[in-house]
Amino acid sequence: MNAASPLTPSQTVGPFFGYALPYDAGPEIVPAWRPDAIRVRGRVLDGAGEPVPDALVEIWQPDETGEVHRRPGGLVRDGNDFAGFGRCGTDPDGGYWFSTVKPGATGDAAPYIAVLVFARGLLKPVFTRLYFPEDDAAHAGDPLLGVVPAERRATLVAEREGERRYRFDIHLQGERETVFLGF
Amino acid sequence: MTHPPYLYPPYKSTVLRAPAQEPVMPKLGPDSVELTAPVFGHQELGRRDHDLTVQHSGEPLGERIIVTGRLLDSAGRPVRDALVEVWQANAAGRYAHLGDIHPAPLDPNFTGAGRCLTDDDGRYRFVTIKPGAYPWGNHHNAWRPAHIHFSVFGTAFTQRLVTQMYFPGDPLFAFDPIFQSIPEQRDREKLISRFDMDTTVPEWALGYQWDIVLGDTPVEAQ
Ligand SMILES: [Fe+2]
Repeated sequence: MNAASPLTPSQTVGPFFGYALPYDAGPEIVPAWRPDAIRVRGRVLDGAGEPVPDALVEIWQPDETGEVHRRPGGLVRDGNDFAGFGRCGTDPDGGYWFSTVKPGATGDAAPYIAVLVFARGLLKPVFTRLYFPEDDAAHAGDPLLGVVPAERRATLVAEREGERRYRFDIHLQGERETVFLGF
Repeated sequence: MTHPPYLYPPYKSTVLRAPAQEPVMPKLGPDSVELTAPVFGHQELGRRDHDLTVQHSGEPLGERIIVTGRLLDSAGRPVRDALVEVWQANAAGRYAHLGDIHPAPLDPNFTGAGRCLTDDDGRYRFVTIKPGAYPWGNHHNAWRPAHIHFSVFGTAFTQRLVTQMYFPGDPLFAFDPIFQSIPEQRDREKLISRFDMDTTVPEWALGYQWDIVLGDTPVEAQ
């Protein structure tokens, strides 16, 4: 046993998780009919701009007030409780979606949703954050956005598609490569 | 570095999917959201979720095995009530997934997906059958060593880990770019379970032990 690094190494999620990890309630953190629900959708794309149809997108976030809920309810939703965790496998077009609420801010950060992507061809996951376009005033002082080169900052900010609807594409590689986090 | 790099060209799918830019670290590191993780409860799991041999009307074909071990943090402390999910091919090396075109038989009595929560000791335990090796299109005569896919949650979202557990003595290790993508041999060996006579149940099933150690994150500093 190597005392210096006891960690278990990561391996790819592979192409065949689709019957095991996604679950029906996964993308619906709150029911879409709730008046405060927002809809986030996007695509996962590779370095050639092609869809990644075998990616798994997970999100984790606080509620509208910025409170992180540490209680069960992320696998079996009861429609009232908010668990803050969502999971969606991508479709043949690389698409994913979530129905959730807009998170409140925590600490010094502008409101964001933590996003994690696994895929065939990713030997370890990529972490990123989804920020909201209407919060641009708070973005200047955000501890992450503040250290991201200006020309790449837009990759972390969702586009507004309509009333309570957002689009957030994740580019694993290429000219518009999404900013991924070093942890 | 314990983990594989993103770009490992012998595993062809990494070439267009590996991020090319350096990852960015927020000024203050992970924030309070990223340092917490979802909590899952027993009431959300099915009674048979941890036993992959009793999920259908009959018993699956293959060698019945018990796979168990402890989920630990990097200081060796148990991670309790953590969700552990597994999925695997059947004994013939075929997944119950529509995209799997390997011409090996499906087993109507085996889906190959399970989950459980760790106990107070950080221990998980699954009953299943030993998965078969299977071919994949990565290169000429490419075969994956037998493995079980694992997905685990820690107490921080940054600890989220998806990996694969292998079996001792597999002749395919030397030829498998996914296994070989881990830079150090001593780290590769951490993914190989240990046959254990004490876990083995007489007249019933062979036992394998495999502990999982979470770091701050799967993308920890080098
Ligand atoms: Fe596999």
